[in-house]
Amino acid sequence: MYPAPFEYERAESVEDALSLMDEHSDSITELLAGGHSLLPTMKAGLATPDVVIDIGEIDALRGIENAEGSITVGALTPYSAVDDSETVWTETAVFADAAHHIGDVQVRNRGTVGGNIAHADPASDLPAALLAADGTVIAHGPDGERSIAADEFFEASYMTALAEDELLTRIELPKRGGHAGAYAKKPSPSSGYAIVGVAVVLETDGNTVTDARVAVNGAMDHAVRLEPVEEALSGESFTDETITTAAERATDDLDTAMVMDDLQASNEFRAQLVEVYTERALDTALDRSSVAPPAAD
Amino acid sequence: MEHDITLTVNDTEHEIAVEPRTLLVHTLRDALGYTGANVGCESSLCGACTVTMDGDAVKSCTVLAVQADGTEIETVEGLAEDGDFHPIQEGFRKEHGLQCGYCTPGMMMTARELLEDNPDPDEAEIREAIEGNLCRCTGYQNIVNAVEFAADRMETDAANRDIAADGGTDRTTDTVEDE
Amino acid sequence: MSIETIEAEEIDVEEVLGSAIERREDPELVTGEGVYTDDVQDPELAHMAVLRSQYGHAEIDGIDTSEAEAMDGVIGVYTAEDIDEAGTPGDLPVGWLLPDLKTPSHPILAGDRARYQGDGVAVVVAEERYLAHDALDRIDVDYERLDAVVDPKAAVEADAPQLHDWSEDPTDTDVRDDEDIERVPPNQAFDWEIGDSEATDEAFENAAHTVEVDLENQRLIPNAMEPRATVAEYKPGTGEVEVQMTSQNPHLHRQLMSAVLDVPEHKLHIVAPEVGGGFGSKIHHYPDEALTCWCAMQLERPVKWQATRSETYLTDAHGRDHVTHAELAMDDAGTITGMRVTTYAGMGAYLSTFAPSIPTYLYGTLLSGQYDIPAIHCNVIGSFTNGAPVDAYRGAGRPEALYVVERLVTLGAREMGMDPAAFRRQNFIPEDDFPHETPVAVVYDSGDYEPALDAALEMVEYEELRERQAELREEDRYLGIGFSSYIEACGLAPSELAGQLGAQAGLWESGLVRVHPSGTVTAFCGTSGHGQGHETTYAQIVSDELGVPYEDIEIVEGDTDEIPQGMGTYGSRSAAVGGSALATSSQKVVDKARTIAAHLLETGEEDLEFENGEFNVAGAPERSMTIQEVAQQAYLAHNIPEGVEPGLEETSFYDPENFTFPFGTHVAVVEVDPESGEIEFHQYAAVDDVGNQINPKIVEGQIHGGIAQGIGQALYEGAVYDDNGTLLTGSMQDYAVPKAEHVPNMETDATVTPAPHNPLGVKGVGEAGTIASPQAVVNAVTDALQPFDIDHIDMPLTEEKVWRAVNGSEEGS
Repeated sequence: MYPAPFEYERAESVEDALSLMDEHSDSITELLAGGHSLLPTMKAGLATPDVVIDIGEIDALRGIENAEGSITVGALTPYSAVDDSETVWTETAVFADAAHHIGDVQVRNRGTVGGNIAHADPASDLPAALLAADGTVIAHGPDGERSIAADEFFEASYMTALAEDELLTRIELPKRGGHAGAYAKKPSPSSGYAIVGVAVVLETDGNTVTDARVAVNGAMDHAVRLEPVEEALSGESFTDETITTAAERATDDLDTAMVMDDLQASNEFRAQLVEVYTERALDTALDRSSVAPPAAD
Repeated sequence: MEHDITLTVNDTEHEIAVEPRTLLVHTLRDALGYTGANVGCESSLCGACTVTMDGDAVKSCTVLAVQADGTEIETVEGLAEDGDFHPIQEGFRKEHGLQCGYCTPGMMMTARELLEDNPDPDEAEIREAIEGNLCRCTGYQNIVNAVEFAADRMETDAANRDIAADGGTDRTTDTVEDE
Repeated sequence: MSIETIEAEEIDVEEVLGSAIERREDPELVTGEGVYTDDVQDPELAHMAVLRSQYGHAEIDGIDTSEAEAMDGVIGVYTAEDIDEAGTPGDLPVGWLLPDLKTPSHPILAGDRARYQGDGVAVVVAEERYLAHDALDRIDVDYERLDAVVDPKAAVEADAPQLHDWSEDPTDTDVRDDEDIERVPPNQAFDWEIGDSEATDEAFENAAHTVEVDLENQRLIPNAMEPRATVAEYKPGTGEVEVQMTSQNPHLHRQLMSAVLDVPEHKLHIVAPEVGGGFGSKIHHYPDEALTCWCAMQLERPVKWQATRSETYLTDAHGRDHVTHAELAMDDAGTITGMRVTTYAGMGAYLSTFAPSIPTYLYGTLLSGQYDIPAIHCNVIGSFTNGAPVDAYRGAGRPEALYVVERLVTLGAREMGMDPAAFRRQNFIPEDDFPHETPVAVVYDSGDYEPALDAALEMVEYEELRERQAELREEDRYLGIGFSSYIEACGLAPSELAGQLGAQAGLWESGLVRVHPSGTVTAFCGTSGHGQGHETTYAQIVSDELGVPYEDIEIVEGDTDEIPQGMGTYGSRSAAVGGSALATSSQKVVDKARTIAAHLLETGEEDLEFENGEFNVAGAPERSMTIQEVAQQAYLAHNIPEGVEPGLEETSFYDPENFTFPFGTHVAVVEVDPESGEIEFHQYAAVDDVGNQINPKIVEGQIHGGIAQGIGQALYEGAVYDDNGTLLTGSMQDYAVPKAEHVPNMETDATVTPAPHNPLGVKGVGEAGTIASPQAVVNAVTDALQPFDIDHIDMPLTEEKVWRAVNGSEEGS
């Protein structure tokens, strides 16, 4: 309940943050954005940083930009801003949908996109959406800026490609023309985190799926693509039958022994839920698809 | 080391020194005496500590007081105006939306944000909006009714204001009882 | 359909009782003005924090507090040794004794052994609450871990790790008898039975049909939204200890704490300020509240202790924890002829205050349910386990009983190929058979079960629903309809009987009604509400009895200095026992006022009529006095009858002659998705008979909340310890307290069968919903899954359990 004492630094700019990170590189340092990943762990005594660098006041890191070819979301943008953004819903619905499914109203008001992605909780909602959206993570380090493709970013539970001296500053989500996206989540009834959450993005031409990106949260130690589902969809006509067939392949590449197994759900049941929720995500995508015929119900 | 911060709580400005680790809820409750927001858990799930920060509902147990520096905070103590219940308070009373009352301040602050964003929510929307506020007493049904009551009352009040602006008469609202 | 509230000013005094008046508690609760224990501020306050064993079972070989003591701002660090050295008894008493009950010592700080995760081993008092918690990390405890046992049934096996060393317990008689040592398993707290074993066995031998089920009624964690807290201040000058604490029964806490701390009862002043829910968890006497007082006395400084939510998970008395085998015998027409039940009840590491009574007298006695069952036998073995102590939690024994009954009855109907509603109806105790004595030692004083069942059937449009169920099954959709025809027993009584059964307390309630000279009233009751709206309902009762306007009546609860005596609020007793005490006192006030009025109006008492607060001479309505005028004269005392004392106030100690027996039928309608195991509510209908209703809106609220809590048990909640006694569900992250989206919209209705033996005809409503709803949900789910031939799934019915049951996995069924 009561965080242990720490030294508090407030960064005024990205450069300031990087220099503070450098200054305190010998200490256990945590970056504080919205605090909705960090503070609960500090209150539980699971994190006891010596120094907390508050980047929450760096206004340059906040906001959604509708750029050419992509949507840019600043690291400090709260989930609620993503959920409220017509631009994000229009251009890359899967990401907005995932943001909508995070926690509750209060959490969405404070929790930040950058914090979520950098924290890389396997049961969080944005990682799979970032994968499905084919997003890019932009990080600032001592040597300047670099881009990390979503597919390269998530490595393991709470582990990412971000270096210790790097700051995640924004993400870029490619705009998609005729596309359909959705996120379907089985939340834990207690924590609200994803037992499984499946993100899908389908590019369509007429009624044909030209490209599919499908990823899952909660199942493995980090968000992963479900390539067999993607393969089963690509080149097929977007119908209920295709969806059912594709969803049945959701766990083909997942080693059940490696699937998360905890009090909330065993690995076997999680694997089952991956199939069920893949189908639901695809169903929603089909419902939302402007190119597909209206759903039966 | 303590840090000097400025918090504006229910329109009153406070300058106060806080330890960096101090949670906003404890600053509000213990240092400033706003004990309406309650602490019900430490896992950011129960929502009893909900206040609004620059207009957004937040769990004040998951915000450091230093992070709230320079913000406008509104707590349950600021809901009633000039002795008049806010329609949400009125709704909770009329619809028996509370029993022990511990979750109520946070629940009402969340409901307030909901009604600002969505003045006419349906039952499902209300239930979704309050998923971050736990109540162990009511079974939620009368809380849903209370929020619906408040939505109706706010709509009526707004209509009355429009009429009043056109020179009509205002409908009275109930006042806070002094017991 | 929701009941509409009305403002008290809008109705006449004769309509106050039974009206849905808005609660008078609410204005200060919706504005943040209400003062809960942690809201109590004092510049002198020091803060206490408790170091708790992180192990489920461990020897404590040493505690080094020096580093913590050396910290700036730390005022004191104490261990069991310090309590001992101070000469404080420091041992928590057990409030209900059973024959041959083992009562191990329950120290307020564990000295040489911690027996559950959360057992307190040291306390810190510091200038500031964060600091107190920091200091806990600086205490070094040398633990030697021991094997643990957490399952109530495994705990009484001969080779189970033993929690208590009986040979050192001088109060234990078993150890002196060598034969008993052989016979009694080491962790067995008691072995209790009720009913006629022979008659029951005979019923089973002669049965045409039998069904049986193995079921668990899982451990639950109460989760009142306000964690427990205490503020204590010692006044060295007078020797008084002033305590504000989260209590459902301040007088009982005073009595018990007086013994624990060796502070005379008259020097202990306990106040329950606003209390944020209890559900049983704030009845019991825990170590922490006593420790706060002890620290305040040691330091001569006010001390506050506020539990964190994690501490409430570890240490609030848990509920249920039964492992049961149950059987039902029927004749060839589906008439129930017998019931046989064996239950292992986990007590946790120590006996909490009323723990022994919960799985015995509050459980075995309700196994007849609403049914006419000729023979019942129930055997309960209580066992010590390395978990938090288990005690009364909303329903307390009765939900466990009705879960057994209603699961068995549902299986019985299935065995007979009968409709579950028809099967219930066939076996109901008939309306003309009351009072009805059951084979498990209670007499139902009243009841009329069919109208409630009929009303519930109508609410769900039962015939159509069954047709719809059949249609949906054609589409591989699984709708289920679950019944729960429940009985409840409120207001445990009478005291004499309770005493014979082992209660170490009376079960009366006190009420004092004081009419002030100006005619306004203050009424005091020994119950202690914490969300139930007593200030409203009690004022309605007193207003009705005295004819004094509702607004002119103040209700005082929860203060041992103001209220004569009290037993508190639990077991749905407040209206039936506390309300009756206030009604009785009010009637005594009217009697005295009548004597004075007759004197002043120069007429005989028998010629006075009393209505709506006014005494009228029969036949001469112009000769009248209001009760307010009488009050003024009673205090002036210038002209009152000889032998009558001045003043107008009366106290009564109301001791009910029996329990009250609310009942009703709940119906849950759910749809189950066999692919995901997900359960969706289509409908939830509840018909409850709680007797006369003082305030129907408050009744509705209690029913709603109770149902939600029972649904929590049915679908979401369950405390899980690992084999080492580590609580795996130690926070809201892992233990699902139902959210708004988890609870369906509930339709409620009522029948009214007044309680025959109390002055108000009320029965009690606080626990009814929780007693009724779990089995309604479980019966609905198993009904939905009948095509898969699934008879039973243990609660909570998580999606995974349902999915496994459908898929025939051994783990799930």
